[in-house]
Amino acid sequence: MTEKLLEIKDLHVMYRTDDDEIFALNGVNLSVEKGRTIGLVGETGAGKTTTALSIMRLLPDKVGIIRRGEIYLEGRNLGSLTESDMRLLRGNDVSMIFQDPMTSLNPIHTVGDQIGEVVKLHYPDLKAESVEVKVDEMMEMVGIPAERKIEYPHQFSGGMKQRIVIAIALACNPKLLLADEPTTALDVTIQAQVLKMMNELKEKFHTSMILITHDLGVVAQICDSVAIMYAGEIIEHGTVEDVFEGERHHPYTIGLFGSIPDMTKKTDRLNPIEGLMPDPSTVPPGCRFVDRCPHRMDVCSTVSPEIIIRDTHQIKCHLFSKSGEALRSTDKNHERGAAS
Amino acid sequence: MNAPLIQTRNLKKYFHTARGPLHAVDDIDITIKKGETLGMVGESGCGKSTFGRLLLRLIEPTGGKVLYKGENILDYGQRKMKDLRKEMQIIFQDPFSSLNPRMTVSEIIAEPIKVTGMIKKGNDLLERVFELMSIVGLAERFVNTYPHELDGGRRQRIGVARALALNPEFIVCDEPVSALDVSIQAQILNLMMDLQDSMGLTYLFITHDLSVVKHISNNIAVMYLGQCVELAPTEKLFENPSHPYTRALLASIPVPSLKNRKKLEVIQGEVTSPINPKPGCRFATRCPSVMPECLEPGLELKEIRPGHFVSCALYH
Repeated sequence: MTEKLLEIKDLHVMYRTDDDEIFALNGVNLSVEKGRTIGLVGETGAGKTTTALSIMRLLPDKVGIIRRGEIYLEGRNLGSLTESDMRLLRGNDVSMIFQDPMTSLNPIHTVGDQIGEVVKLHYPDLKAESVEVKVDEMMEMVGIPAERKIEYPHQFSGGMKQRIVIAIALACNPKLLLADEPTTALDVTIQAQVLKMMNELKEKFHTSMILITHDLGVVAQICDSVAIMYAGEIIEHGTVEDVFEGERHHPYTIGLFGSIPDMTKKTDRLNPIEGLMPDPSTVPPGCRFVDRCPHRMDVCSTVSPEIIIRDTHQIKCHLFSKSGEALRSTDKNHERGAAS
Repeated sequence: MNAPLIQTRNLKKYFHTARGPLHAVDDIDITIKKGETLGMVGESGCGKSTFGRLLLRLIEPTGGKVLYKGENILDYGQRKMKDLRKEMQIIFQDPFSSLNPRMTVSEIIAEPIKVTGMIKKGNDLLERVFELMSIVGLAERFVNTYPHELDGGRRQRIGVARALALNPEFIVCDEPVSALDVSIQAQILNLMMDLQDSMGLTYLFITHDLSVVKHISNNIAVMYLGQCVELAPTEKLFENPSHPYTRALLASIPVPSLKNRKKLEVIQGEVTSPINPKPGCRFATRCPSVMPECLEPGLELKEIRPGHFVSCALYH
């Protein structure tokens, strides 16, 4: 059994605005083991970024509120830390890569200064020359010649900017890296370069990573396990083998796979999930996916499903509870057909 | 049935920049037959959106011809062009910025009809708006809402309804699904294919996503830095990708399966500048099979198998 680095327990987050309350996370449980990469997959509004921001304690002030639940990093409860402790922790123990490399860098500082800033902040005693050595090392590590550290962000292409953002995030050798859609804004050939580099760095430094993405292809390439989110909940969680090759799946997961145009097969129609994600301003009883689910039963709209665990694979769906089991077996053939 | 609807001959667009001419579209010859879809694939800056706009004459080409039903539309005067615009429409990438935030759904869909004076009576117009809404799968209750009240998928349905308002024959779809979530993306792709079947539409489908383009196209043109490097029927292109760039593009796509895990093939380097490009193959700097001949000028699309055209020194 590997050691747990991060543990999220029953996390509830809401956003409160003048006229609305948005329930963004409704009981998220997640743990990350040392040196492992977990993919957090879901569509817009599923709560992926909110989960990451909660770990960093960067939810918008007074608007984003953690209603319930705790987050532990190596046994330390992040909620109990003071803001100054938290500042030391960010960048040093946990760092985050944001989606858009175009806006994550400061346009009026050279990229070398921006990498150096992190190093100086966390190692205030380090001599200026040693900081420069570290900056050079980080630039080379992400595959950019160190001479270019005196250049400004606008002089780099999108893929290179994202490499610099990664260099900043890794400069203090964090234990946990939160990567929020790190390659979504990049072209495919550049995405492949960045993914390959992230894979190599991960193996080199044994960094644990939470990779937030909507692209199941990216997950298959670099993750060890996957958590699928829907409307503020994790509805399926398991190793990549469980989720990509297993037999049992949450109906939403099946819908998600069915929506991807398959490169290897000739199909005439895609199998999208009908309907839309539910309104996040209310939390009705029952399953959040019920309105779009092709297998819904009476119980689904009244009782929230429990998480059914089998080995490493967890599914939050009534189909897999004892009462749903019988129904599932008759439906199974149809279900697999829809997924392919 | 399968007569060519739209063709280009040596179509060029150079933009003037301080550092010299930017070759956005350089000598493109393509043909789209009626009722078919040409998928145009390439990375940012390869000229695919510029090409789409050239076909509609939203920007004026630097050289070459655009033939619509055999006539060069670049010779058309303003009035003739205005008539032609009824037959040619466009759907834009971003359903968040391509709809006027101060107009309601019905105003947006009705606008092209009003501008062309196709339907004059208010009641008939509203009826047509409802008809279009039902064609694209928008519930009638949204008729008086504003775009910001709707999600991305519904907004893109408005964009589709607006494009269909004048019964066009040809639609340029410029990355119509790339801003959408994958389950919504599938809904819109299915809608567009159904519309093609029922209304006999012809599409130019511009995208960076090879899996989307495979799904919807009859033929595919792969673009690199303003040039078409490979042109083939969809199945032939995927069975036998022949240009090294097409192969690299296919190999870069992360596939959602564990079979070829961690074997992402990577081509080095990045797209070079399209300003004052050097003669010879523009992909040569990144190409894994580069040869001395690649730097010589005079590379053209060559038919290596029936219907399959490649512009690469490997086949010359």
